[in-house]
Amino acid sequence: MSTSLSERKPSEREPSEHAPSEREPSESKPSRRKLITAGLATAAGASGLAVTAHLAERYGLIPPDNAGVYGVGNTLTYAAQRPLMSSHSLAREFDHSQISKVAPVNGLPPTSDLYNRFLAGGFRDWRLTVDGLVERPTSFSLAELKRFPAVSQITHQACEEGWSFIAESTGVPLSYVLSLVGVSPRARYVMFFPMRSAKYKWGSLDMADASHPQTLLAYGMNGEALPSEHGAPLRVRVPRQLGFKSLKHLVTITLVEDVKVYGKGLGSSSPENGFSWYGGI
Amino acid sequence: MRQTLNVHALFVCQGARWPTPARNAMIAAMATVASRHVPGLATPGSESLDGVKPSSIKRASPRHSAVVRVTHWINALSFLGLLVSGFAILLAHPRFYWGETGALGTPSVLDLPLPFMKGGPSGWGRNLHFLSAWVCVITGSFYVLSGILTRHFGKHLLPAKADLSWASISRSVSDHLGLKIFGAESSFAYNLLEKLTYLSVVFVLLPLMIWTGFAMAPAIVAVFPFFVTVLGGQQSARTIHFFAADFLVLFLLVHIAMVYLAGFKRRVGTMITGQVAAAEAPRGKDRT
Repeated sequence: MSTSLSERKPSEREPSEHAPSEREPSESKPSRRKLITAGLATAAGASGLAVTAHLAERYGLIPPDNAGVYGVGNTLTYAAQRPLMSSHSLAREFDHSQISKVAPVNGLPPTSDLYNRFLAGGFRDWRLTVDGLVERPTSFSLAELKRFPAVSQITHQACEEGWSFIAESTGVPLSYVLSLVGVSPRARYVMFFPMRSAKYKWGSLDMADASHPQTLLAYGMNGEALPSEHGAPLRVRVPRQLGFKSLKHLVTITLVEDVKVYGKGLGSSSPENGFSWYGGI
Repeated sequence: MRQTLNVHALFVCQGARWPTPARNAMIAAMATVASRHVPGLATPGSESLDGVKPSSIKRASPRHSAVVRVTHWINALSFLGLLVSGFAILLAHPRFYWGETGALGTPSVLDLPLPFMKGGPSGWGRNLHFLSAWVCVITGSFYVLSGILTRHFGKHLLPAKADLSWASISRSVSDHLGLKIFGAESSFAYNLLEKLTYLSVVFVLLPLMIWTGFAMAPAIVAVFPFFVTVLGGQQSARTIHFFAADFLVLFLLVHIAMVYLAGFKRRVGTMITGQVAAAEAPRGKDRT
């Protein structure tokens, strides 16, 4: 287009006396050129975005709660942090002397008869079911979990509200349990389902965080059995994310390819309550 | 004086209380240089330069560049988002600590007289906070990069070495206290206190907000533990984040008050169009 314009005779470019319009060659040459440039830039930008989105999806950089305006922020945060946090980066660990004397909790333990029966019986009848995209769906008793190689770590746990404490967690690395059941290569998320309670919270981790060496299925806290209010008999501890990702009172762990079938399809109950799915901030 | 003398320097010097002959010589020299650098700038020639008024000079380049204007308004919006959402997050736990940990039942350094709103506004607050933070950081990085490349900071914000004496700083402070800072020259260049304030906001307070924000992110400090260890702990980072935010709010209030006193419509108009209104009222409030 610009070539044909430049071939026009000078007389055709005479500015008219009328108000400038798009059709006037003297005006249209730069404006068309601008239009073409803008069009090309938009097309390049759009295809760039499409390619970026495709690559981000392929490398697992899109969180389940990516929709809407806030989804943009959630996606940027997750996509920036996921590659940055290689599985090698470890949450800080502390000394025994730094363990907090006060360890507050949010949310009460389940009040169901079943939970109370488990509690009264020292959780002997409780079992953790691991199913979904695994080769050998299995359920484990608490005693079996305690026989697996145990890890103790003293980490910082921060609530999104702003308060925090340091505590020792003892448990079996989730990655060890996952290796026992044999995870299908199709699995992309690990779902965590606790016992039913008034404010039922459930959630998920991506495979990178699920297989992280500090992600524990914890049954002990500060050298004792995990207290009921802190999630007895078993909670997941995810020290590289905020406290709300460390779900308590677990009964089922399910490996899935897509989180969309659960709840509103946002990966956790937290986005349904207005919080983000990813808790590394 | 720096090599890149321009029209801003002209009015800075006019404002300074130099001996008249020396000032005239300096202004003449600068006007010559400036006319070479700023096409369209009227050169007064041999006439006395005392009569030169800013309004009589046609400026070819805008008061604020397009980058400054666009990033200013995007960041104004994102700052509003950060402020509102930051307050919403604060309401979940309006209490501050020092060190690694802190919670109800442990000693605090500051208890704000605000209600604890558990499970309330911190959900959307956090979503809005991080979205606005991304906008602020992306726009801010673009502004800083462009400011370095176009030498905006060097030309317009970095004070001359000679200005960094106690005498000139205290004069600038007393000019502010007496509100003698809205002369015509203030439409074309920043005064010393403005320069120092903007530089502190851009290069001290906002980086400190980002740093302390990162220091509260468990995933970030797993990768960069020193982000939090040099501050003395995650709760220290939260407390510093809060106080730095207070200074930014103070800046915002003074900034808006100064814009109001200098003429709200004209100054906001200049930050939108880049042009200084032709009929520059010499000083005082906007009476339009």
